Amino acid sequence: MSRTHINCTINGDETDFLSESGGSLLNALRDDVGLMGVKEGCGTGDCGACSVLMDDRITCACLIFAPEVEGRTIVTIEGLANADELHPLQQCFLEGAALQCGICTPGFLLAAKALLDKNPDPTETEVRYALAGNLCRCTGYDKIIRAVLDAAEGIRASATSGDAA
Amino acid sequence: MTMIDENPTGAPSYKWVGSRSIRPDGLDKVTGKARFGADLTLPGMLEGAVARSPHAHARIVSIDTSAAEAMPGVHAVITAADLPDLAEAGAKTDDVFMSEKILARGKVLWEGHPVAAVAATSREIARAAVAAIEVVYEPLPHVLTVDEALADGAPLLHAEMITRGVDPAPKTPSNAASRVVHERGDLDQGFADADVVLEREYTTKPVHQGYIEPHACVADAGQDSRANLFVSSQGHFSLRAMTATTLGWPPSALTVTAAEIGGGFGGKTTIYLEPLAVRLSSKAGRPVRLVMGRDEVFKATGPTSGSRMKIKMGVTNDGKMTAAQVWMAFEAGAFPGSPVGAASMTAIACYDIPNFLVEGFDVVCNKPKVAAYRAPGAPIIAYGVESIVDELARSINMDPIDLRLANAAVEGTQSSYGPVFPRIGFVETLEAIRDSDHYRSPVPEGMGRGVASGFWFNIGGNSTATVHVNEDGNVNVIEGSPDIGGSRASMALFAAEEFGISVDRISVKIADTQTIGFNDVTGGSRVTLATGKVVIDCCRAIKEDLCRRAAKTWDCEIGDVEWVEGQAQHASGTETPLSLAELAETAPRTGGPISVTKSDNVRGAGAAFTTQLVDLEVDEETGVCRVARYTTAQDAGKAIHPSYVEGQMQGGVAQGIGWAFNEEYIHNADGTLDNASFLDYRIPVASDLPMIETIVVEVPNPGHPYGVRGVGEAGIVPPMAAIGNAIEHGTGVRLNDLPMSPVRLLDAINQRNDG
Ligand code: FES
Ligand code: FES
Repeated sequence: MSRTHINCTINGDETDFLSESGGSLLNALRDDVGLMGVKEGCGTGDCGACSVLMDDRITCACLIFAPEVEGRTIVTIEGLANADELHPLQQCFLEGAALQCGICTPGFLLAAKALLDKNPDPTETEVRYALAGNLCRCTGYDKIIRAVLDAAEGIRASATSGDAA
Repeated sequence: MTMIDENPTGAPSYKWVGSRSIRPDGLDKVTGKARFGADLTLPGMLEGAVARSPHAHARIVSIDTSAAEAMPGVHAVITAADLPDLAEAGAKTDDVFMSEKILARGKVLWEGHPVAAVAATSREIARAAVAAIEVVYEPLPHVLTVDEALADGAPLLHAEMITRGVDPAPKTPSNAASRVVHERGDLDQGFADADVVLEREYTTKPVHQGYIEPHACVADAGQDSRANLFVSSQGHFSLRAMTATTLGWPPSALTVTAAEIGGGFGGKTTIYLEPLAVRLSSKAGRPVRLVMGRDEVFKATGPTSGSRMKIKMGVTNDGKMTAAQVWMAFEAGAFPGSPVGAASMTAIACYDIPNFLVEGFDVVCNKPKVAAYRAPGAPIIAYGVESIVDELARSINMDPIDLRLANAAVEGTQSSYGPVFPRIGFVETLEAIRDSDHYRSPVPEGMGRGVASGFWFNIGGNSTATVHVNEDGNVNVIEGSPDIGGSRASMALFAAEEFGISVDRISVKIADTQTIGFNDVTGGSRVTLATGKVVIDCCRAIKEDLCRRAAKTWDCEIGDVEWVEGQAQHASGTETPLSLAELAETAPRTGGPISVTKSDNVRGAGAAFTTQLVDLEVDEETGVCRVARYTTAQDAGKAIHPSYVEGQMQGGVAQGIGWAFNEEYIHNADGTLDNASFLDYRIPVASDLPMIETIVVEVPNPGHPYGVRGVGEAGIVPPMAAIGNAIEHGTGVRLNDLPMSPVRLLDAINQRNDG
C-alpha cells in the first residue's frame, strides 16, 4: 500500500510521519504518531471524541485525511497543559467533576479551548452551542458547562490581574 | 479502640466522606494519558475485524474462508468451527446461547450476528478479508416485535423453546421464553373498591446505552492455552468467566486487565469480542486487537428491550390505590434474557397496593440480544405505571405528589416483589420535590409540568479489596471493580475517613484478575456499597493492627490504645501519639508489612427512590419540546462524593430525556437497522438540555457502615413518564408510545385540534 510522507507541527513540535493513503488524521495520530488521547467514538464526525485543534479550529480528526495536515499546526489533548501546569480548563474539569468515564473529555477540553480562545466571556447558551458537536453520555453536560464557565472566569480574572501587574 | 457506629441513624459528621475531592484517575483523563480499551498496542499486534450477517434471520448454508485466508497479511480466520460446540458438549442452555451470540452456528438470528472473524496486519486488510469471506445464506422469515413474535404461526427463532413459568407447560414451542408473575390480594375486589379505574396500553422501542467508547479489547494468547486480555468492561471477572466458557478454557487461564472504560451503563457487563480476540490470537500466535465501529455497536450490542404493556389501575376518590393489573411483554432480542423480571419486580414497587397481578413475558425476536441498561427494565414499565398514576390523580382532582404520598411504600411495607422494606426514602424524595423552589414556582406561561417517581433495588454482592500501608505511611487501596463513574474517588474517601488522613495520601488501583480476589460486575449500583464495605473492613482491620503495634511499642494493653485522627493514642495521654507514618516506618519491628485483604458477599443493599419534576415548552406548530427546567430528588443514603452522586443523577436524567423524545431503533421491513449511527440515532447534546437541578436526599441505609445506598440507576427511571405527564399538562394530549417524537406529538396535537 502506498504511503504518504507528511510534515506538520503537533503540540509544538515539528513532526513527520508516513500515512496510509486514504488514512484519516485520527488513525495517523493514534497509530503512527502514538497520541492515544485522541479517541474514536464513531469515525463519522458525529461524536467529537476525536476533536483536535487544526490551526486553532476545532476539527474532527476522523473526517480529515492525514495528508490534509501537511504544513499545518495540530494540538491534541497531550498538548493542552503547559509543561508542569494544567490548562485552567483541565483544572476546572477536575475540580468540578466534569467527567465520569472520561472518554469524551479530551474532545470537550479542546472544543472548550477553541471557544474560549475566541470568546473569553461566553454565556451558558453559547457554551452549550459551542459544545453541541461533542457527545457525552455520562454527565448530562451540567458539570461540563459549569466547568467551562468557571474556567472562562478564571482565565479572565488572571488576564486582568496580569494586566494590572 | 473506638470506631464510628456500625449503623449510624442520625447524621454523623465526617471529614472526608461527603467532601468533593479530586478523583484519583482524574489527572490521566484530562491529559489524555488514560488507557481505554482500544489504546493498548503490543509488539507484533494484529488488527481484527468481524464478519456479520446481513440478514435478520437465515440459515447458514456454507462459509468459505479460503479467499480471505489466502490474502497477504491475513494471519487467522475463525468461524464457529474454531470454538467448542457447547450444545454438543451438553452445556447449560444459557451458555449455549451465549456462545451462539459470539459466533453464529447454523443460523443467524439478527442483522449483525457475527459469523466469522479475521486477524491481519492492518485494519484495512482485516476488513478486506472480511469482505472476501463467502457465506451462503438461505433467508428465513423474521419477527421484529413482541406482537409479531407472539402471533399465531410466527416463525420460531429457537425450534425447541418451551415457555418457562407456565403451568402446565405448553406442548408446543414458541418465541415466548418465559413468564414471571407477582400477585397478591383479590384483584376483582380491588377494582370493585375503586371509584375510578383506568386501563391503558403503552409501547416502547429498543434504545441503546450509547456509551461513547465502542467495545474494544486486546488479546495476547500464548502457545500454552493461556492468554492476557486487556478490555473495556464493567466486570473483568465475570467477563473472564464468560469468555472462558465460550472458549472451553478454565477461567484461571485468562488474565484479564480492566482498561479504563468509556461508559457502559450496563452494556459492558457481557461479552462480544473477547472470545474472538483470544481465539484469533491463539490461532495466529500474535496479539490481536479488536475494536467495534459505531455501526457495529448499534447493530450487534445490547440495546434494551422494546415492549408492549397493558396496565389497569383503580383508585378511590380520596386517593387510595386499590388494585393494579400489569401485563408486559419485552423483546429479548435473539436469545432469552430481557429485563422483564426486574421490570415485574419494580413495576409497582413505589406503592403500597393491596391487590395486584403483575405478569411479564420474555420474548425472543430477530434483533440483537438485549443487554443491561441502567436500572434494567424499570424505566420501561415506569413509563406506563407513572403515566397512569398521573392520569388517576387528574381524574380525582388530586395533586400528583399527594396521590403518591398517600400510597407510598414506607419502612415496613411489604414490597410488591416480596421483601418487607427496611428504612427507605421514597416519601422524602416526594417531599423534597413538593417543597422545592421549582415546584413552588408557578408553571411558566405556555408550559406543561410533569412529575414522576422511580425505584431501583440496588444490589450488594461479591467484592474483594486489599489495603497496604506504604513505608511512608501513605495508603494503597487495591480493588477489583472497574470504575465507571468515579468509584475510585469514593474508595479513597472511605479510606481517608477511616484512617483520619488526607485523601491525597490514598491511591486507588483496580487490579487484574490474577492480582486480586473475585469481584462481581460493576452494575446494580453495587460498587460504592459492596466494594466500599470491604475497603472499610480492610481499613478497620488495619487500624486494629496499628493499635496492636502501638500497644506493643508502649508495652501496654491494646484496650488502652485508640485510633484518633490518623494516629494511635494512649488513653492516659502519657505516651506521645504514633502517627501512621511512624507506625509504618517501624513496621518491620512490630510484625512486618501492614497489609490486609478482605472479601465478602455483601448484603444489606438499600433501595433507591427518586422523584423528578420537569417543565416543558411544547411548540404546537412543530411538535418539538424544550426542557425548560428539570429537578431530580434521589435518596442516596449517604453521598460519599456529592459531585459524582449528582453526576449520576444528572446523567440518568439526560439519558431518560433522550429516550423520551428521540431515541429508538428503527428497523425496516427487511429486518435491518436503518439508524445505526449517532447522526440518525440522536442522543441529547449540550444545547438540548438545561442545567439539571439535583436534590440529594440522605436517608441512611441501615445495612451499610456509612449509610450508602447506591445512586447509579434510579435516575433514569422516571424521566419518560415525567415528560409524558408534562406534555399532557401543557397540551391536553397524552402519548402512550415512546419515543414522544415531534412527529408523533404533532399528529396527536392535530388530532386534538380536529377533534
Ligand atoms: S470519532 Fe470523530 S466525530 Fe466521532
Ligand atoms: S464522561 Fe463519559 S462520555 Fe462524557
